[in-house]
Amino acid sequence: MKRAGFTTTWLPILLLLPQLSIIAIFFYWPAAHALHSSFYLQDPFGFGSTFVGLDNYSDLLGNTEYRRIAWFTVIFTVLVTFLSLSLALLLAVKADKVIRGARSYRTLLMWVYAVAPPVAGFIGLIMFNQSWGPLTRLIESFGHEFLLGVNYNDTAFAMVLVSVWKQVPVNFIFFLSGLQSIPKSVREAALIDNPSASGRFWDVIFPLLAPTGFFLLIINITYALFDTFGVVDTLVKGEPGNNPMTLVYKVYVDGFRGNDLGGSSAQSVVLMVLVLALTVFQFRLVERRIHYT
Amino acid sequence: MAQVSLNNIRKVYPNGVEAVTPSSFHIQDGEFVVLVGPSGCGKSTLLRMIAGLEDITDGTLKIGEREVNDTDPAHRDIAMVFQNYALYPHMTVRKNIAYGLKNRKTPADEIARKVAEASALLNLDEYLDRKPSQLSGGQRQRVAMGRAIVRDPALFLFDEPLSNLDAKLRNQMRIEIKALQRRLGVTSIYVTHDQVEAMTMADRIIVMNAGKIEQIGTPEEVYHRPASTFVASFMGAPPMNLLSAQARDGSVHYGDTVVTGCNGTEGQVTLGIRPEDILPDDNGPLAIHVDIIEELGAHRLLHGSIGDDRLTMHVGKDTPVSTGPVSVSVKPGAASLFHHQTGQRL
Repeated sequence: MKRAGFTTTWLPILLLLPQLSIIAIFFYWPAAHALHSSFYLQDPFGFGSTFVGLDNYSDLLGNTEYRRIAWFTVIFTVLVTFLSLSLALLLAVKADKVIRGARSYRTLLMWVYAVAPPVAGFIGLIMFNQSWGPLTRLIESFGHEFLLGVNYNDTAFAMVLVSVWKQVPVNFIFFLSGLQSIPKSVREAALIDNPSASGRFWDVIFPLLAPTGFFLLIINITYALFDTFGVVDTLVKGEPGNNPMTLVYKVYVDGFRGNDLGGSSAQSVVLMVLVLALTVFQFRLVERRIHYT
Repeated sequence: MAQVSLNNIRKVYPNGVEAVTPSSFHIQDGEFVVLVGPSGCGKSTLLRMIAGLEDITDGTLKIGEREVNDTDPAHRDIAMVFQNYALYPHMTVRKNIAYGLKNRKTPADEIARKVAEASALLNLDEYLDRKPSQLSGGQRQRVAMGRAIVRDPALFLFDEPLSNLDAKLRNQMRIEIKALQRRLGVTSIYVTHDQVEAMTMADRIIVMNAGKIEQIGTPEEVYHRPASTFVASFMGAPPMNLLSAQARDGSVHYGDTVVTGCNGTEGQVTLGIRPEDILPDDNGPLAIHVDIIEELGAHRLLHGSIGDDRLTMHVGKDTPVSTGPVSVSVKPGAASLFHHQTGQRL
């Protein structure tokens, strides 16, 4: 195949410049700044800073609260990613089979996509309202008094539920279009080759959905780690106290509530390294097992 | 191996379209039947109903002695080869071929043996560990065949399996499929829109048009004694010449010329003559004005007009030809007569 090329060097650079400058201004520069601050102890009132070397990092490692939040973040991310992917896949497989009224059915399932995370969190607040929230009432009927913002596990449950609810439609759209791009004749061939519907799903449909699934896995982990900030913030009403929170929320709380910019920066750097490692791991290990058509 | 019988099989889609009108036929054990017709004639729908991929609206379908109307495709003891091969893109050739066996609880050593047999038969040995995307069209077609034959089914179904191949490969695969079917002796139903495939491969041809069976017969019968003007013009390239003629006093007249004899028919008829049954003859009764000569190497096609009708004739490469008027005669006994309105053979 012939490759098209540029005859001059300045044109491709010019074309890349807008994207590069956005990345530089909004990622590289702040990241460098965070890395720099993480080695300093900032005065809470802005009167200079002291170089402390790796103290901010060693403080983090020794901090039991930080470890607890890190552990919660891991569980939260795994739960949100797994539940939103599997629920979306289930809905997509079912919706794919619907013929009559398929459009309205799909539109209804996709609607939540348009809801912003803080709004989703606010809806969660209403649903779990202490005195009249319908979900609080529902859980009460099972004999449990649901205390959002007071009981650690209850709050964690609400966070996972709202985050999953918010993310399912996105995954649903992708899975559905992935399912619809599987050739009809391949499904029919499987129908003749395999009498079991679940066997056909796991042997033929699921592997062919894997590229979509891998893409969604990355998107969902990123979502659970970072984009759920709005959900967490609304559900704990900005007063984390003893409530569960994610690492990203902790960065915000320490940096902007606690005025510990150095420690907060160190946490950001740790997060960056974590995401980097995760990305490398995903592409090296998971992607190799995926078949792209 | 089994007989297949269709008894008044009918297909009506939910939107009310009747894709297949009640159709019946019986296929003998080991027979190679080709369903042929223009696109949208219902031939694929009929095949898909036999496969179980499409519900049967009315009628009964039997494979062997068993009525299979409500049996799901995997339990009908059939194997199908699809137009676009429908290979599983994420599985190697070996896994593609073995997949149907694996799901039928076949022991691993038997699967290995059958896959080896099929791959030897189809020259796929060196490709067994490749993915379908690394194969050419013809090789994919062979894998699809392999997937069908390892199953050792009672019935093979082919849905236009050669239409995605180029002309040369198509001719080669046509012979391979036919030879393979002969060798294995499995009852087969083959759907195609290509009348050459139908003529060359079939033991019996079923010609369909607009959801209806027009004719069932051997290739010779369908070619030489077409049941209707539709079959006459669909089978054969170039198609049969159809002329409007008059039958009176026991013979058929075209204009003032007696073309052929007939008995019991009077009035207007449609006269059908195959292009190769029109013979150049200096003393012939008909005069054709030839305006186009198609050179095909082994033979030539002369296109011309006679009166207001267009006509094609087929002459050998050694016959001298030129444009302009040519005298011809019709090979005795070769003409077909059809009802001028219904198009049915008289």
